[in-house]
Amino acid sequence: MTAAIEVNSLTRRFGALRAVDDISFTIDEGTICGLLGRNGAGKTTLMQLLTGQDFASAGTIRVFGHSPVENARVLQNVCFIKESQKYPEDFRVKHVMTSAPWFFSNWDAEFAEQLTEEFRLPLGRKIKKLSRGQLSSVGVIIGLASRAPLTFFDEPYLGLDALARQLFYDRLLEDYAKHPRTVVLSTHLIDEVSNLLEHVLVIDDGRIIIDDSADNLRGSATTVVGTSEAVERFAQSRNVLHLDRIGGICSATLDALSPDDKHAAVAAGLELSSVSLQQLIIHKTSSLTSETELSA
Amino acid sequence: MRVDDSRPIFVQIAEQIENDILSGALPENSQVPSTNEYAAFHRINPATAGKGVNVLVDAGILFKKRGIGMFVAKGARERIVAERRSTFLTEYVQPLLGEALNLDISVEQLAAMIMKEGSQ
Repeated sequence: MTAAIEVNSLTRRFGALRAVDDISFTIDEGTICGLLGRNGAGKTTLMQLLTGQDFASAGTIRVFGHSPVENARVLQNVCFIKESQKYPEDFRVKHVMTSAPWFFSNWDAEFAEQLTEEFRLPLGRKIKKLSRGQLSSVGVIIGLASRAPLTFFDEPYLGLDALARQLFYDRLLEDYAKHPRTVVLSTHLIDEVSNLLEHVLVIDDGRIIIDDSADNLRGSATTVVGTSEAVERFAQSRNVLHLDRIGGICSATLDALSPDDKHAAVAAGLELSSVSLQQLIIHKTSSLTSETELSA
Repeated sequence: MRVDDSRPIFVQIAEQIENDILSGALPENSQVPSTNEYAAFHRINPATAGKGVNVLVDAGILFKKRGIGMFVAKGARERIVAERRSTFLTEYVQPLLGEALNLDISVEQLAAMIMKEGSQ
C-alpha cells in the first residue's frame, strides 16, 4: 500500500512550547484514520502542518510524495474542514456551495444538494446567521461532496445533534465505499467513530503515543475485577494502565493479556471485561493510577 | 447483531455470517451481501468488513466469483457445525457447570433441568 502521508521527525515549536514534538508516522492511501487526543495535544497544529497552513520547525512532511507547502499540485487534492471555518462577510450558504467547485475538481454538486436537503440547511441564509450546528453541517457537506483524495475533518461536528452526526457517519461510509479515498478524522467522540476507523493515531503532548490498526487496539486492554488481594497478585508482573478501588474490591485495567493470561485470571476468580477504544485512550493519556477509595 | 468492544470487529462479522449460514438465512450457493453492504449495515469500516469476509474465504466457507461477488460454499454449513461442536464443551458446558456448582446445583439436578427444558 502506498502512503498518502509520510511524516519524519516533525517538530513545530511555538517559543518554548513544542506543539508537535519530533513525530514520525505514515497514513496509508485509501484508509479512514482517526487522529485522536486531548484538547491541546497538537492535533490541529499537526493538521495545519500537513495541509501547508503552518511551517515545520524541523522534520519533513510528504503528502502524496511531495511537500505540501506552497505546492498547488498537492493542495488541490486536499480538503481541510476546520472546526471554525471563516467565510467572507455576507456569504450565504449557496455562495459556499457555488464556490466549492473552484477549489475541488472532484466536487459532486448533486451529492452536495442531496446532503443540503438531508441536513436541512437553508441555502439562502447568511453564514453568520447560522446556528453552531448548521455551520458545522456546511463543513461536513463541503468535506464529503469535495471527494478530495485526502480529506481532513477537524472536530467537524460542534453543535451537531445526534441525528445529524449519524447522518454524517452513514454518508461518509457510503461515499467512501463508492469513492475510496484517504480520510483523517479528528474527534473527541471516540466511541461514536471507533467502528468507522481502520487506523488510529493518538497524540498526547505533541507526541504520538498510539499508532496502530483499530483491530489491534480493540480488545488489546482488559479490565479485571475482584478482591484487592487477588487483583494485586494477578496484576503484579503486568502492565497496569489504571486502578480503581472500592471497599475491598479492586478493578485494574491491564495491557495486552494473552488467552493464557485470561484463563489464569478466570481461574484466580477474577471477572474480565473488555475496554472500549475510548477508555483505552483515556487510560493511556491520563496519569497512570487514580485511586478512588470510598469508605463505607 | 450489535458490534461489541471485546473482540476485533472482523471476527464478529465472520461469526455473524456463519450464524446466518447455520440458521439457513444464507443457504449454500447463495450470494452473500457485499462488503460495502455489510459496512453500511453495521456502520463499520469497509476494510474491516472485507477482512471478516476474507477470513471465511480462507476457511473455505465462502468463495469468490470474479466480478460477481461472494457465495456460500458447498458443505459450508457442515464445516461450521463441526467447528463449533469442537468448542461447545469449553464455551458452553464448562461455564454452565461452573455456575451450577456456585449455586449448589448438582450435576444430576442440572441434567434433570436440561431434560425437562429439552422435552418442551
